[in-house]
Parts: sequence; C-alpha cells; structure tokens
Amino acid sequence: MFSRREFLQAAVATGAILGTAGGGSWRALAARQALMTEDDLLKFPTMGNVSLVHVTDIHAQLKPIYFREPSINVGVGEVEGKPPHVTGKDFLEMFKIAPETPEAYALTSVDFAALANDYGRMGGIDRIATVLNSIRADRADNTLFLDGGDTWQGSYTSFKTKAADMVEVMNSLKPDAMTSHWEFTYGIDRVREIVDELPFAFLGGNIFDAEWEEPAFEATKMFERGGVKVAVIGQAFPYLPVANPRWLFPNLSFGIREEQVQENVDAAREEGAELVVLLSHNGFDVDRKLAGRVKGIDVILTGHTHDALPEPVLVGKTLVIASGSHGKFLSRLDLDVRDGEVKGYQYKLIPIFSDVIKPDKPTAELVDKVRAPFEKELNTVLGQTDSLLYRRGNFNGTFDDLICNALIEEREAEIAMSPGFRWGTTVLPGQDITVELVHNATSMTYPAAYRSEMSGKLIHDILEDVADNLFNPDPYYQQGGDMVRVGGLGYKIDVRKPIGSRITDMTLLKSGEKIDPEKTYVVAGWASVNEGTEGPPIWDVVTDYVKRKKTVSVEPNTTVKVEGV
Amino acid sequence: MRVTRRQALGLGAGATAVLIAGPLVAPAIAKGQTADDAIKAFTGGAEAKSGKISLSTPEIAENGNTVPVSFDVESPMTTDNHVQSVLVLADGNPRPGVATFHFSDMSGEASASTRIRLAKTQNVIAVAKMSDGSYFMDKRLVKVTIGGCGG
Repeated sequence: MFSRREFLQAAVATGAILGTAGGGSWRALAARQALMTEDDLLKFPTMGNVSLVHVTDIHAQLKPIYFREPSINVGVGEVEGKPPHVTGKDFLEMFKIAPETPEAYALTSVDFAALANDYGRMGGIDRIATVLNSIRADRADNTLFLDGGDTWQGSYTSFKTKAADMVEVMNSLKPDAMTSHWEFTYGIDRVREIVDELPFAFLGGNIFDAEWEEPAFEATKMFERGGVKVAVIGQAFPYLPVANPRWLFPNLSFGIREEQVQENVDAAREEGAELVVLLSHNGFDVDRKLAGRVKGIDVILTGHTHDALPEPVLVGKTLVIASGSHGKFLSRLDLDVRDGEVKGYQYKLIPIFSDVIKPDKPTAELVDKVRAPFEKELNTVLGQTDSLLYRRGNFNGTFDDLICNALIEEREAEIAMSPGFRWGTTVLPGQDITVELVHNATSMTYPAAYRSEMSGKLIHDILEDVADNLFNPDPYYQQGGDMVRVGGLGYKIDVRKPIGSRITDMTLLKSGEKIDPEKTYVVAGWASVNEGTEGPPIWDVVTDYVKRKKTVSVEPNTTVKVEGV
Repeated sequence: MRVTRRQALGLGAGATAVLIAGPLVAPAIAKGQTADDAIKAFTGGAEAKSGKISLSTPEIAENGNTVPVSFDVESPMTTDNHVQSVLVLADGNPRPGVATFHFSDMSGEASASTRIRLAKTQNVIAVAKMSDGSYFMDKRLVKVTIGGCGG
C-alpha cells in the first residue's frame, strides 16, 4: 500500500507511538490523527502514462464492513510459504508491518477484534468513489477503472433486487470493464438482461457456448489511455459449472482455457496493444501459474481468492495484483508504457478506512436510496454475539460453526455441512446480529437447507473431493474456495497427501464413535448445486436459531486437526 | 452471406458425405483390454514418444457425461509423411477404448474433436501412428468432481 521505504518509515513511526500509547481509544486517535489522514491514504507518486484502478470481489457490500483476513491459508507444492499463503504474524514480518498498525489491522487477523474497535469498519462504495474521484481528478485521461467481478451477490438487497442495487451503484462509478463469477448465479436470463443494458464491457474470453464451443461473451476491449493502446482481456471464474449450479446457466462452458487466453493476447498485440491486462477471476495461484505459461501479459488483476497483497507479485515480466475483497481495498497501479513495453511502475493497495476517507456525497445518497425500501428489515436485530464471528480461512470459521450449530439443532441432524465460501462479513463480540449480517454470510439464489441421509463413505468422499479442490498441488485443478465446514463431525487432514488419503479419523462428536463407512447419518447442509433441492432458506434456519438463543457464543473450532503445514 | 458453423452443420445434417471427407472413426479396442494393453496392441510394442500430438481437455470436467476432447498432430500430411491413425483412450473407464480416428495424406490435417463420457477422475490418452512407423503420445488428467463448494 506504500512503497517499501514509505512503509518502513510509517511502520517505525507507528511502532514508536503505539509503544507508549496504551489504551485503545488513544491508539485509534494517534493512528487517525498522526498517521492516517485521507491525504496520506491517497498520496501517490504519480508516474508514467496509464493508471489502472482495480476493485474485485465486493460481494455486494455497499456499506462499510468488518472483514477479518484469514489466520490459515495453506499453500501446497510450489506455492508453499509464498504470498498469499502467508498469514498473521508471518505476513506482518514478510511485509515489514508493525503489529497494531492500521496496515496490520487491514491485512491480517492478528488482534482483529481489538483493532477493529480502534480502526473501525472498512470499505463502502461511497468511500471507494472518493478515492476514484481523486485519482481521476489527477489522471482523467490516463485512468482505467476495472471491476474483477463477484460484485452482484452477497447481500440482502442484492438478493431482493436481483443485483439491481449493485448495478445502479456501480454504473454511477463508471467502470471501464468487468468480469464475473457469482453474477451467473442469478441465472443466464438475468445476466443477459443486465449485460444488454450495461454501459461498459462485460468480458469473459473463457465463456463459451457449451454445445457449439463458440465464444458466448466478448473477450477483449481495446482502450486508449495517455496515448497508450491498452487491451483488457476478461477471464471469468473457470469452474462456475462445477462449483455453482450448472442448471442456472445450462448452455455455458467455462474453464481456464490457457490456449484461448494466449490466442486473445496474441490477437490484442496484433491489433496494436502496447499494454495487455488480464482482468481475471481465476484465483491467485491459477493466475500465478498462467502468468508463467502465457506469453505477453503485462498485468494480471487477479480476483476470486480474496487475497490482499501490499506489493505486486512478479512472474517473469507479468505483474500480478491482488486487491482483496468486500470493498476493503482499491488498487492503483501506475505504469510507464513506452515503445510497446512497461518501463516502470508504482503500486499502492489503498486501504479504505471508512472513518478516515470521507464518503462521496452523491454516491452515499444513491446507496441510501437503493437500500431505503429494505432499511427496516436490514436493521432488525435477531440477537447478539459474545464472540467474534468470521468465516475466512481454510477450515471452519466461527460464523460457519454458528451456521452448522443452527443446522444441527433446527433441522435435527447429526452432522452439518456448510460450504467453504470466502465471502461473508465479520461480526465483533458484543455486536447485534441483524438480518443484514445473517444475509451477508448466506445470501444466494440456491439457499435451500436440505436434510438427507448419507453413508459414512459418501461423507468421506465429499471431504476428500473438496480438500483436493483446495490442496491439489497443481493450481489448475484448484477451485478457489475453502474447505467445506462441518458440524457434529471431527476429522484429521494431512494437506500434503493425495486425494483419497488426506482425511482420516472422522468422528461423530456427539458419541465420540468413529464414522462407519457403511452406516448412514442424518446430514443437514445448504447451497447444494443440485436442481430441485428442498428445504427452508438457510437464513431462516440461522434466524430461528439466533432468535431462540438470544445470545450466541462460538469459540474457534478445535475438532479439525490439520497436519502437513 | 456469412455461414456460421451452426448453419453449416444444419445444412449438413444427415449428410454422411460431409463425414467421409473427415476422419473415419472406428471402435478403439476390444472388451476386457486395459489402456496399456490397447496401446501395446496399437503400437505393436514400439515406444510412443511425447511430442507432435497435443491433446486438449478441460482440467476439471464440467459434466463427466460429456467431456470435450480434441487433438491435433503436427504433420505435413504428405504421401511420404502423414498421420495414419490416432487412438483415444480413457484409462479409468470400465472400457478404456474411446475411438480410433483414421487419416490419410488426403486428410489435410490430423485433428479431431469429440465428446466422451468419463466415469471418474482419470487420464485421457491419445496415440498417433505416423506413416514412417513411429508413434507419439499425449496424456491429460481430467478431474471429475462431486463439486459444489467453490466460491
């Protein structure tokens, strides 16, 4: 977010102040007044002739939110120990960030609840608008604003309006292009309806007609910025028909399609592109591998895996930029492009501290307008939490444990399964659990909470299958979610083993007995990709549970034992 | 008028003449053979080297019942130097044989695409027989998942 030198200076200064400051409010005051001003956050040594501004995986969060970064994000094989597979204190050390600083709060899970009280919520589209306006004021003819997708899904209002809220607000920010993933879970008809009216490019060079193997969406859009011909190639999430319900977009095929990416890059160069940008929803590891195999991409703006990295990762000559999620960050990358190549760059991952960056008034009004019809429902209090509720991380998060507990009790099941999504906001200890916060963790178009019987063998197969989607050493076989979360079930996982032998010691927690492959168990879960799944929407199940409990308290999960890390 | 592929196929529907111009397809192997047996039978025991043939498959199948598979063999396709046939196998299916595609120096190019059914995660293998008696092979792992938890 700062250059390494600025970063070190800021970190040293912060450490000195915090070393003597003590109490939380003091710390916050010191940070906000001495170190964090809007000007500081926006300060940028403008360079070159093109500014790329990237936001991704907003997941329909119009308002500022809390979002705890993962404390566990394992990388296997070649990527072990490399960003983004570095978390917590290791992350702080790797990027020379002092503990308890605003950067430490924004980028890691360390002391999250305490620092959240000090530094407040992050994100908010109206704050993003302020940053964007400031960049455009400086660089009107040089700026491209690109949205990496997962923009339309993830909130109560996006679900109720079928994304109309997000489309209206994002349109007002005038993006130059976007790509996609969860957008397609509204169904192909709704996507077509929105895209037909979209005042900017909806790109996906890897989206094909499943029957005819013909491109189904535009792949590339050419721009001219600062006298430079820029090609932006879109890459949608490759595994939509596998990870999400295929029946919602039955005639589309996706995939990584590396050869197609190369063809599109070559075609763009032939058309005279001096700068080639891949606006990607592949996920970080897939993009890192792709950057090493496809020739001629200058910049990959990556998304999907929700990683926030304060510095670009360089693969050969390709810069890979990871801009976080939920509107917490906006990336600015200035490039000096001359003679058809990048001669230099300047990068900053701008943290959107909502108490420091002023909201842009017209955008704030528009956000309030689209939320107004739902305001009463959004703010309805269902109960309270005594403990931190979060989701992100490779294994069970506390919000998922809450969902699993609700599934077991409300649906009278022995075992619960909750998908390892990476979206969903964080709730602080002592905070009210509102309808809005439940929906932030559950909002989707296939929410049915099923209840069914599964054999022990099938449960094992499912865990193995999902684990391989996450821990396959070849990134091209990864789907980018986290491990399926379980309730009522303990297990051991060795992430380094091959598929079929990672998961052992599966135990039914209520009795302590080993799971028998031949026996059947009553399993409740949600978000099945199968058409016609029956059951109440998951948010109703969670709502009933929280209302009944009044106050919930969920401690970090200890029933999943992780080996090989 | 620009004729799209869809229209062209529509016009050609039921017209076997169109297919005769392309590769001839025959059943790949007999019942009970493993993929290794089939490769040995196809090459007469000769080594199938890597190179020349490139197989294209998705890394993860979107639908195991109909997985798009295509191959392309590098060859001038002249009388003296052409691809004679390509054997396609799925080594984890109950019957690994998928198809044998036959080519001649009149074929122009040695490439084809089809869709196959994969029962589970497995390798798809393609072996090309060249007119000089050499063999080339490519192999791709295709994962067939239960799915449903990404995002």
